[in-house]
Amino acid sequence: MSTTTEDRPAPVAEKRSGGVTAAASNYLDERTSISAVVKEFGRKVFPDHWSFLLGEVALYSFVVILLSGTFLTFFFQASMVEVEYDGSYVPLKGVEMSAAMASSLDISFDIRGGLLMRQIHHWAALLFVAAIGLHMMRIFFTGAFRKPREINWVIGFVLFILAMAEGFTGYSLPDDLLSGNGLRIIDGMVKGIPLVGTWISFLLFGGEFPGTAIVGRLYTLHILLLPALVLLFIALHLVFVVVHKHTQFGGPGKTQQNVVGYPVMPVYAAKAGGFFFIVFGVIAFLASFFTINPIWNYGPYDPSPVSAGTQPDWYIGFADGALRLIPPHLEFVLLDRTWSFNIIIPLAALGLFIVLALIYPFIEAWITGDKREHHILDRPRNAATRTAIGAAGLTFYAGLWAAASSDIIATHFMVTMEGVIHTLQAVVIVGPFIAYFLTKRICLALQKKDREIVLHGYESGRIIRLPGGEYIEKHEPIDEYQRWKLVSYHDYKPLMIRPNSRGKISVGQKARASLSRWFFEDRIAPPSRGEIEASHGDH
Amino acid sequence: MAQDGQSTELTASGDHDEVETLSPGTAVVSSDAVRDPGLPPHRLRVTDTDPKKAKRAERVVYTLFYLSLAGSLFAVAAYMAFPIIPEDLLSVRLNNMFIGVGITLALLGIGIGAVHWGKALMHDHEAIDLRHPVRGTDETRARAVEIIQEANEESGFGRRSLIRNTLIGALVAFPLPAVVLFRGLAPEGEDPVELLENTAWEAGTRLARDPDGTPIRASDVTIGSVFHVIPEGLAEMEHMLEEKAKAIVLLMRLKPEDLNEEESKKDWSYNGIVAYSKVCTHVGCPVALYEQQTHHLLCPCHQSQFDVANHAAVIFGPAARPLPQLPIAVDDEGYLVAQSDFKEPVGPSFWERH
Repeated sequence: MSTTTEDRPAPVAEKRSGGVTAAASNYLDERTSISAVVKEFGRKVFPDHWSFLLGEVALYSFVVILLSGTFLTFFFQASMVEVEYDGSYVPLKGVEMSAAMASSLDISFDIRGGLLMRQIHHWAALLFVAAIGLHMMRIFFTGAFRKPREINWVIGFVLFILAMAEGFTGYSLPDDLLSGNGLRIIDGMVKGIPLVGTWISFLLFGGEFPGTAIVGRLYTLHILLLPALVLLFIALHLVFVVVHKHTQFGGPGKTQQNVVGYPVMPVYAAKAGGFFFIVFGVIAFLASFFTINPIWNYGPYDPSPVSAGTQPDWYIGFADGALRLIPPHLEFVLLDRTWSFNIIIPLAALGLFIVLALIYPFIEAWITGDKREHHILDRPRNAATRTAIGAAGLTFYAGLWAAASSDIIATHFMVTMEGVIHTLQAVVIVGPFIAYFLTKRICLALQKKDREIVLHGYESGRIIRLPGGEYIEKHEPIDEYQRWKLVSYHDYKPLMIRPNSRGKISVGQKARASLSRWFFEDRIAPPSRGEIEASHGDH
Repeated sequence: MAQDGQSTELTASGDHDEVETLSPGTAVVSSDAVRDPGLPPHRLRVTDTDPKKAKRAERVVYTLFYLSLAGSLFAVAAYMAFPIIPEDLLSVRLNNMFIGVGITLALLGIGIGAVHWGKALMHDHEAIDLRHPVRGTDETRARAVEIIQEANEESGFGRRSLIRNTLIGALVAFPLPAVVLFRGLAPEGEDPVELLENTAWEAGTRLARDPDGTPIRASDVTIGSVFHVIPEGLAEMEHMLEEKAKAIVLLMRLKPEDLNEEESKKDWSYNGIVAYSKVCTHVGCPVALYEQQTHHLLCPCHQSQFDVANHAAVIFGPAARPLPQLPIAVDDEGYLVAQSDFKEPVGPSFWERH
């Protein structure tokens, strides 16, 4: 499978009777055929780039979540039975609360290392979703979702949604004031769904909100159903990484037909294995020194008290923000039924946003019509329209996300609440367009700069005075390796539509042509050999 | 890039013709593209050239592993040395911190040590794997098609269409009972719409303070004050939290001339005292922030604002409807009481509400 670029001394022939290790290996192989696995994967090559670590962070924080979560299940009671708290935390002594809340407090205050495990679990969950988000951005902006990886993008996207569901169900388990309030918001949102909302809420909570069933039900989802799905999808995701082999950034010697990097054994085993411990270590550090989700400050759930300035965990922010940005009075009674557009609009907008991101690889593939496999990653600037679309999407998301903190922004910066909301409404609606145009222009400018450097060299900083008195800066040509990095990218031109055999142009073709024009009208072609040669002696 | 030198060589070897026949779509395929110069020469690390540096890197790696060992032992020792003393918050903090520091050290020691080993000492010559098209080879695909055709032939799946279609029908139908079973999630014999339309307030129920449940006299309510209110006797109710989630009320007293009351609701207030549901009509958070000067109520969750002087009309934010008003009066002993239940469902909107 793999060939090293340099001749290496042949390994010293191993002794036949190799002691315990050899005997054990032999024993194992005769029963499992494991030598085939070592042969197949032991020298599998992985390319190196810091951005490839983002997916690893996600995977490793999930392992940390599983480990710490398993510890927590031994102590947590997923029950809403009323008990009188009698633990170590004095301010809540004698307070009526659910067994879930009481056992969460016991984990925090009566079990040695329990608070640490709770905080590791929570910090790891926050990191998990964040790492998935960043990983998705890496995939998107480098075009790693192109053929043959479209399906793996969808699998990853499902994982992102599952991760948020895991986060929300976990956040709701301790049955503290904030988590109960979060559930109240979910209840209110669900009730706003036309036709089925009231009954879904009734079924979900086992009767009226809050009821005594929801914590137990969320627990089943949180520790059984959702983790099983996450594990299944992670397994699928990784199987496809093996099947497709990892993408790599363009560079000298890197082609669509090879993978240049380091073998799993030993270099990647050390680096990736070590990286797991680093991720775990950083989470443990956070959990040792930084409090997260201090439920003892909030107290048990009670529908009446309220704390101003409370926030959901960061990954739910965009949904909460979407609810906040809706203008007043968007609700009608029509045909004797209530249409809560203040709920329906944000739900539909978020749903559309998610679906568009989910199917983006298929849309782009349809526009380009490119059926080849793509294993070399794009530099974001070289896919200007895609990068600009990504920036627009991120601006939309960021605007919604910021809106989840509208009250805190208002109090912190001493501005009016109304002003913050109106500004963010503008950011969410107009911001994506501004981000789109800015990003596209910046990408094209960067492409022009690259082209300039390839054709005319880089600015050396050496100023020369010509005999005529004119000063010029000497440009030095770049070497062929650097040049290859700048010129090795795919360039697409807009689709020319031609009538089909019956002399007609179908609506689909027209749509594809206009999208293609939108994508590729502004394009900077990579310099060709001829151009580079022609430019020699230009200056 | 399919045109660069190296890959042309590879395709020439006959391995990848299938790939090359795939359409590039609107991609520009130039015959004059720059050629790949191939892998740049390998650069040696200091640890490759300087044995002293290599020795030092080795020392760093095993020292980190030693540190990790020490960290693990420290965490175990800290577990015992910093027990949690009941009712002593500091002991929890120290326990958390010292066990955590030990574990952090143990993990980072292994992690940084292993990565440093990999980067500084392990053989660092880049290796190359060749890729093959993801699709199976033509023979594999042909054989797969053949197998499926044979299976179809042998089973008659395509030919015996009635068998096939009834099987599909049966397979679609068989999960249905499982779906129906989930009806059991909610209690039977209860109608959510009916439940949502009623609260614990009845004619004559006294307004009591939240959370201690003591009734409120009209004379206790001074101008500008605000009370968090529950129905008297709430604590004894069977479904306390569910009832409380619907019945919570805010009681405020404004100057009567500030109140802008509709004619039909004039007798719902008493002497400038008004009572409104505390459950936001948006998604149900408690609307509990009262601004005395402007008579505005603010929901802390999504910042809907209600004007108490105008029957709690929505003046900002995502909510659509005013907060329902609880009609109040005063009983013989001077306590505030409800005239009746709310005249409309409280809380978030729902489909059947009209």
